[in-house]
Amino acid sequence: RDIVLLWPPPAKYGGRHTVTLIPGDGIGPELLNHVRELFRFSCVPVDFEVVNVCSSTEDDINNAITAIRRNGVALKGNIETLHTLPASHKSRNNLLRTSLDLYANVMHCKSLPGVQTRHNNIDIMIIRENTEGEYSSLEHESVTGVVECLKIITRTNSLRIAEYAFKLAREKGRKRVTAVHKANIMKLGDGLFLQCCREVAAGYPDIAFDAMIVDNTTMQLVSKPQQFDVMVMPNLYGNVVSNVCAGLVGGPGLVPGANYGHDYAVFETATRNTGKSIADRNIANPTAMLLASCMMLDHLKLYDYATMIRNAVLTTMNETRVRLNSPRRCSPHTFHN
Amino acid sequence: MAALALFKVFGSGGMQTVTLIPGDGIGPEISTAVMKIFEAAKAPIQWEEKNVTAIKGPGGKWIIPPEAKESMDKNKIGLKGPLKTPIAAGHPSMNLLLRKTFDLYANVRPCMSIEGYKTPYTDVDLVTIRENTEGEYSGIEHTIVDGVVQSIKLITEDASRKIAEYAFEYAKNNQRASVTAVHKANIMRMSDGLFLRKCRQVAENYRDIKFTEMYLDTVCLNMVQDPTQFDVLVMPNLYGDILSDLCAGLIGGLGVTPSGNIGANNVAIFESVHGTAPDIAGLDLANPTALLLSAVMMLRHMGMHDYSKKIETACFNTIRDKKVLTGDLGGKSKCSEFTAEICQRVRDMD
Repeated sequence: RDIVLLWPPPAKYGGRHTVTLIPGDGIGPELLNHVRELFRFSCVPVDFEVVNVCSSTEDDINNAITAIRRNGVALKGNIETLHTLPASHKSRNNLLRTSLDLYANVMHCKSLPGVQTRHNNIDIMIIRENTEGEYSSLEHESVTGVVECLKIITRTNSLRIAEYAFKLAREKGRKRVTAVHKANIMKLGDGLFLQCCREVAAGYPDIAFDAMIVDNTTMQLVSKPQQFDVMVMPNLYGNVVSNVCAGLVGGPGLVPGANYGHDYAVFETATRNTGKSIADRNIANPTAMLLASCMMLDHLKLYDYATMIRNAVLTTMNETRVRLNSPRRCSPHTFHN
Repeated sequence: MAALALFKVFGSGGMQTVTLIPGDGIGPEISTAVMKIFEAAKAPIQWEEKNVTAIKGPGGKWIIPPEAKESMDKNKIGLKGPLKTPIAAGHPSMNLLLRKTFDLYANVRPCMSIEGYKTPYTDVDLVTIRENTEGEYSGIEHTIVDGVVQSIKLITEDASRKIAEYAFEYAKNNQRASVTAVHKANIMRMSDGLFLRKCRQVAENYRDIKFTEMYLDTVCLNMVQDPTQFDVLVMPNLYGDILSDLCAGLIGGLGVTPSGNIGANNVAIFESVHGTAPDIAGLDLANPTALLLSAVMMLRHMGMHDYSKKIETACFNTIRDKKVLTGDLGGKSKCSEFTAEICQRVRDMD
């Protein structure tokens, strides 16, 4: 079974799909409400099964995971992690990703025509390993005051994510894949990751492959981001690079993200912000979540609806000439489509 | 905990000896440039050149040559050019070895936009203070079974406290308004949680400096949109590595960014953080600005504010006037011409 061509669950009787919806915290609920309104307005054949996850018990997140296993596809807001709680209370978002083995986080950063930014002509696809690396949540305090945190890199997962990256690059007609690493310092861990990428690259002679150290990568991104095409990397560097790229193309409110596994797919905003400080004030930018829902529709093979909504969103942005950092009222934007 | 002596006032008039480590690649030529400029400024600095190629010491551990260590222990202050690091094999990173040898626990990188060297980002004025000895760079890695590798990130209470204290002292001594701790405690609860707790504790003793905490990804996101909102940033090793290079990129790259490493026992090594640039080594094309600005940081650290101001102004004026610039700054001049121009300006200032 082909890794990249995930087969979505078949539509139910009447041609309607059921998708799990996890509102999350902060701006999540209001953004997802916009998505629901828009879908209802556009008569999209998708029914949402809402599962609320509150941060205290394990039951909620387990229900959410079961719902996603049942439906196969989900759209989610970010679930807040109170880091003042003890280490036994793991990040709910991370738990979801690892339980469902959503091993590839894909983000497409493209300069949008209506948005003014310092750099133009950016078109970068970021593929980030989503389940292991620094996010393994394996920590212990050996002696009081000395904490160890394990970063796990495995051959299997590194090969898997590299395969995904190259397959996606070929599918989308991209020319170059860059692996981001820190193998000069973490010789075994990132060295293994790099080696796996090289092995996979050998099987794709039509796609150029190179590697770049993560600190140099961030420096290059802020000076010449146009040089990057497709980037593949372990978990933490993926976090840094995807946030830098999102900032370069206009901010967290504009970029959608997708998490793909062998059997499931979960869509969300790329930078996974909870946005507590702007929640419930009707100023959060719904673009990222709306575009994420379009990615979801593409995944469900409802291409016409996806294109219609995507065009509506991008046209609206162009016409109202979005200026970032100025608060925009959220709801009029939605009804403008 | 005793107050950190950040600014040692050296005896005026006497020559201070500084250990100079030229490094590899373009290292020797930029070191020569800096020495020439210091001579033109008549700065009371005597240079003691040392080589730090790693050798296998007793017990099979990699160490730096004993003469280099003795020199640093005696002089306490060092200036270093770029050193080579092999990727994924060989002896451990030379820079890491130096840090471990002298317990250089704080890496300080002030990033200020340079007038005359335009980048898409203006008015950047921040300082990244990075814990330099542990964290993700402990170098502790194992292959558990074939195909499964574990790298250990180490966070200790002592190191976190030391770096937090340094950060607040630096902020106080340099009139900075706020210190932000950068972390990922939502994912790495115990390790980054410990780091944060220590920062919070130290912040209690510095009530007039604002203390905030921010996730690493939020910092990255905001940094590329509006870097002016940041002041002093303190963080563990890996995040510091990435963020300090990100900030260097905002002001124009490693070719113009100074850096200092502060250690226990008042040892400090100032260095240029760019690579060895083997492709232009020996061709008189290198840009000595980074090493020069690091040397200026060194003069400030030693309390020689007049000389540091003189040399820094000469350097910035040369870049601002854009008449004699090296290739990476957009000009066509050679390293020696750029150096001569700065020397001339320094002499004219007297």
